[in-house]
Amino acid sequence: MIDPTQRIVITGIGLTAPNGNSLEEYRAALLAGKSGVSDYEIRYVGQTHAGVCDFDPLRYQKRKALRTGTRAGSIAIYCAQEAIKHAGIALDAIDTSRIGVYLGITEHGNVETENEVHDLAKFDNDVKYWSHHHNPRTVANNPAGEVTINMKISGPHYTIGAACAAGNAGLIQGLQMLRLGEVDVALAGGISEAIHTFGIFASFKAQGALAEHADPAKASRPFDKGRNGIVVSEGGAVYVLETLARAQARGAQILGEIVGYHINSDATDAVLPNPERQQQCMRAALAKAKLEPGDLDIVNTHATSTPRGDVQECAGLRELLGDTQGVYVNNTKSYIGHAMGAAGALELAGNLPSFQDGVVHPTINVDDLDPECALDQLVLNEPREVGTVDVILNNSFGMLGINSVVVVRRFVG
Amino acid sequence: MQVTEIKPVILDIIGDIAPDEDLSDVKPDVRLRDQLDLDSMDFLDIVMELRKRYGVEVPEADYPQLATLDSCEAYLAPLLADK
Repeated sequence: MIDPTQRIVITGIGLTAPNGNSLEEYRAALLAGKSGVSDYEIRYVGQTHAGVCDFDPLRYQKRKALRTGTRAGSIAIYCAQEAIKHAGIALDAIDTSRIGVYLGITEHGNVETENEVHDLAKFDNDVKYWSHHHNPRTVANNPAGEVTINMKISGPHYTIGAACAAGNAGLIQGLQMLRLGEVDVALAGGISEAIHTFGIFASFKAQGALAEHADPAKASRPFDKGRNGIVVSEGGAVYVLETLARAQARGAQILGEIVGYHINSDATDAVLPNPERQQQCMRAALAKAKLEPGDLDIVNTHATSTPRGDVQECAGLRELLGDTQGVYVNNTKSYIGHAMGAAGALELAGNLPSFQDGVVHPTINVDDLDPECALDQLVLNEPREVGTVDVILNNSFGMLGINSVVVVRRFVG
Repeated sequence: MQVTEIKPVILDIIGDIAPDEDLSDVKPDVRLRDQLDLDSMDFLDIVMELRKRYGVEVPEADYPQLATLDSCEAYLAPLLADK
């Protein structure tokens, strides 16, 4: 595609991850093998592990807004504000009715509802003590809406519910709205406040899919024989997306170009992944990008450290990549756990700096590689200097069988 | 509760609801919304806190009685007398 009004580029990233509150901090942690997973306690479940973010919400919000809003809203606001700053955009100098906010979420409202039900029990479950903040906190557009109120953005906003495929889905939505000419700037990505709901931990535990390890930093260990489940994390990554024409006109930094994407459905099972459909999703994204598997340099796996899921994804990747040389496969959840709706967007952000530094961050915590996950292309435990990185494929898959893939290419002006 | 305790109680509730506000010089005869950043949801929070902390019910028709610290004191004095 050569029409610069249809080419969509990334010009800014704001993020908070359990191991970093900016792209620079986060990338440095990934290259240093620094985990962001810690011990964590939550009501009813007790001691477990989680990826907890420590960004300062008061950087962009007043204390009253924190009291009435949601953690998801705070994460989204921090990331969106940081992204706009990173992109060098002054909001008071542009028409904010031409900015769209499109945020992927795994779910929303569980945290707030659990807290309010818990509080109501103190009043004998008499609903006259139920908070009038419940509805604005739990409407599905809440995190994106809080961004627009905080930043005085009057363009469209909504969230994209896509389970753990949502981070990529947010990016795809932003790209599509830009191509349609609906907005000039898209704030797109994914966010998660998941660690503040006991339900997600308890449900994974009931499913036998909640990670346990004596050392929390080792709890998330995709592809290792000893992996035993997911570490739930919070976090967010919001991207500034623009058309190439607009980005070049204002002399913006260009961190990469989204050249391919696809979303499909397994149509098989609510929980178990489907490697054939995952592979079809990857192939469809590559086809849109007019690329072949051999053109890839980095493939970020979705692998969540569950015994079954990791094997399934590797089966799909084995089919796709075969013995292709020069492509490197890694995983970010081994550092930060599973950031749910933020996962895809955060994981892509962790790999984008490879376009500049030519280094592939590894998947860590692989002490004993599972033979069923032993792809030739895996980068294990130590970063690898590979020279030029031109194309990254970012996988993100979710429950109910939703698969999302984004392909990003290094921009050469 | 003594009448003199009512204004401090209201200010304590407002302190929780609007934690960014400076409450050191709130004028008792001026509408709270004219001197503090309080919106209609915040007033519902004040009503909720009176219910939770003291079991006081303020019907919607009486919300205007909570406009100033002075009017709060006058309206709530009989309701809080035995609290």
